[in-house]
Amino acid sequence: MFEKVFSGSPRYWTWILGLACVIGIGFYFYLRQLEYGLGVTGLSRDVTWGFYIAQLTFLVGVAASAVMVVLPYYLHDYKAFGKLAVLGEFLAVAAVTMCLLFVMVDIGQPFRALNMFLHPTPNSILFWDAFVLNGYLVLNALITRVTLVAERKNESPPKWIKPIIYLSIPWAVSIHTVTAFLYCGLGARPFWMTAILAPRFLASAFASGPSLLILIMLIARKLTRFDPGKEAINKLAQITTYAMITNLFFIALEMFTAFYSNIPEHMIHFQYMFFGVDGKSALVPWMWTSVLAALGSLVILLNPRARQSYQLLATACVLVFSSIWIDKGMGMVVTGFVPSPLGKVNEYMPTLPEVMISLAIYAIGLLMVTVFYKIALSVRGEVEAPAAVVAQEEPAR
Amino acid sequence: MGDDRRRFLKVAGVTLLAVGGAPVLTTLAQDKSSGHGNATAGAKRFAMVIDLKRCEQEQGCTLCSEACHREHNVPDFGNPKDEVKWIWKETYEHAFPSEEYSYAPERVAGPMPVMCNHCDHPPCVRVCPTKATWKRDDGIVMMDWHRCIGCRYCMVACPYSSRSFNWRNPRPFIKQLNADFPTRTKGVVEKCTMCEERLSDGLAPACVAACKAKAMTFGNLADPNSEVRKLLRDGYALRRNPGLGTLPQIYYLV
Repeated sequence: MFEKVFSGSPRYWTWILGLACVIGIGFYFYLRQLEYGLGVTGLSRDVTWGFYIAQLTFLVGVAASAVMVVLPYYLHDYKAFGKLAVLGEFLAVAAVTMCLLFVMVDIGQPFRALNMFLHPTPNSILFWDAFVLNGYLVLNALITRVTLVAERKNESPPKWIKPIIYLSIPWAVSIHTVTAFLYCGLGARPFWMTAILAPRFLASAFASGPSLLILIMLIARKLTRFDPGKEAINKLAQITTYAMITNLFFIALEMFTAFYSNIPEHMIHFQYMFFGVDGKSALVPWMWTSVLAALGSLVILLNPRARQSYQLLATACVLVFSSIWIDKGMGMVVTGFVPSPLGKVNEYMPTLPEVMISLAIYAIGLLMVTVFYKIALSVRGEVEAPAAVVAQEEPAR
Repeated sequence: MGDDRRRFLKVAGVTLLAVGGAPVLTTLAQDKSSGHGNATAGAKRFAMVIDLKRCEQEQGCTLCSEACHREHNVPDFGNPKDEVKWIWKETYEHAFPSEEYSYAPERVAGPMPVMCNHCDHPPCVRVCPTKATWKRDDGIVMMDWHRCIGCRYCMVACPYSSRSFNWRNPRPFIKQLNADFPTRTKGVVEKCTMCEERLSDGLAPACVAACKAKAMTFGNLADPNSEVRKLLRDGYALRRNPGLGTLPQIYYLV
């Protein structure tokens, strides 16, 4: 199956080469970080987690959202997602891999990372997070491999994989719940000390993940012969809509609790995010962009007829994805540190090395998605119409 | 405790993890011998009492932090972003942010020394994924700089910002090397250890010994006749953010 990766159009190779360049540049900056230490980042004594851990949090959501195609297809036999299920799982594999890479680049002594398993510490949520993320990676790698091999042989997947697929459903929920537990059990950080953090993470995940999947499907539809079908896209758009509304509802609930209670340590973080504190307001433009993108996406998504148009739907998906990326990938983590428990306002902004290393990890994820999807679509080409393989490889121009 | 037992527990832990034996692991984790054992047995609870009135007599004094940082090879980077510190002075509003009121500075202005509180329920120990930080039976919260992977979760969990991370190689920034104490490497967390190395030599912590105003008193809370217990009997003391249930063991006499 893997040989499919090595044949492709010039456009395919240009894309691969571009990703390789981004990965190479990021790797150079990572070597610099290894040499100098995490001081190359914008992090400091007061803001100890930043861009890396925020990307981890965001991508755990993307990984978990595979459940939104797996569950309807396998539990409810929802046929329209038949073509999507394995692609959703592949996306999960790529996203979890990125998560693990973001953990690795964030730790100060990466060569000691195995200490987490040499000295297993069940009272640490980070231990559990590493455990469930690795587990989810293994589950999805296995499921995609087995189902794809079966598909190539034109037979139904072996029976024994079914319970593993069912297990992957609650496991997907667990990875984002445990990731929320990293934050929401710390007395030192009132901004995260909210029981709604895990549900909110899941809601935003089930909006951002499917919106990304829609975008990838729409791109694949243009570049290849693959078409997930109108029904599947519409259903994903519907899922995105409900999840986005739920996400915004949860954020509103948090704000009510913070501001009606009038407890300073709960209010001040929201004030920092949206208005700034002590004249320091690095996140303010980002957060309002996120709010506007969220509202803009709803204008489209709440209108079923607008959702039918692929162009408008793509716009809405970009808005949903960027809104949640800003909220989770910048706002949620950084704001927990500002102000500090001592009431000090020290701001954080990622530095160039930090951004380049992060981009490289995203490029690795995109490379994985490209390779996986190419294999999957090639296998399908063989299955459906052996003669059309060449045409499938060659995108319409 | 033999090395064999330690190694056995490690292997057993990993094996159990592989088969998903979470309940067994939890029991293992509570068995202190599977992590860092503790030699000092007996009824000891080390703590410190800081008399704010005495401390304030020496405005601008930094002898405690100077002595500590010299003793422990704490680097001085000269910028807030890379800063590493074990004990330093904060104003009242930052040391006690939730107790703040407009007229408080008229009575306790500070700045006052703050450091690791050696909590009875230390959140840093709870979150550490490698047992690189742990609480001894005498109450001291310790660090193993060779095991720490530098995830900084302990810094996220500490409500007192008592921990520092080595964002870069600290060694070139040590003013005066103390050959009797280890230096650290980049990428690990460090903090106050209540001068555990001096205590085992029968000496008081470096900050206590250096304090000109005799504002800092170190002792054993488990002993009702100790100096710290007397001070707490005679005066009224605050602890930093006690509402979080961390049970901090640095007491501030007001």
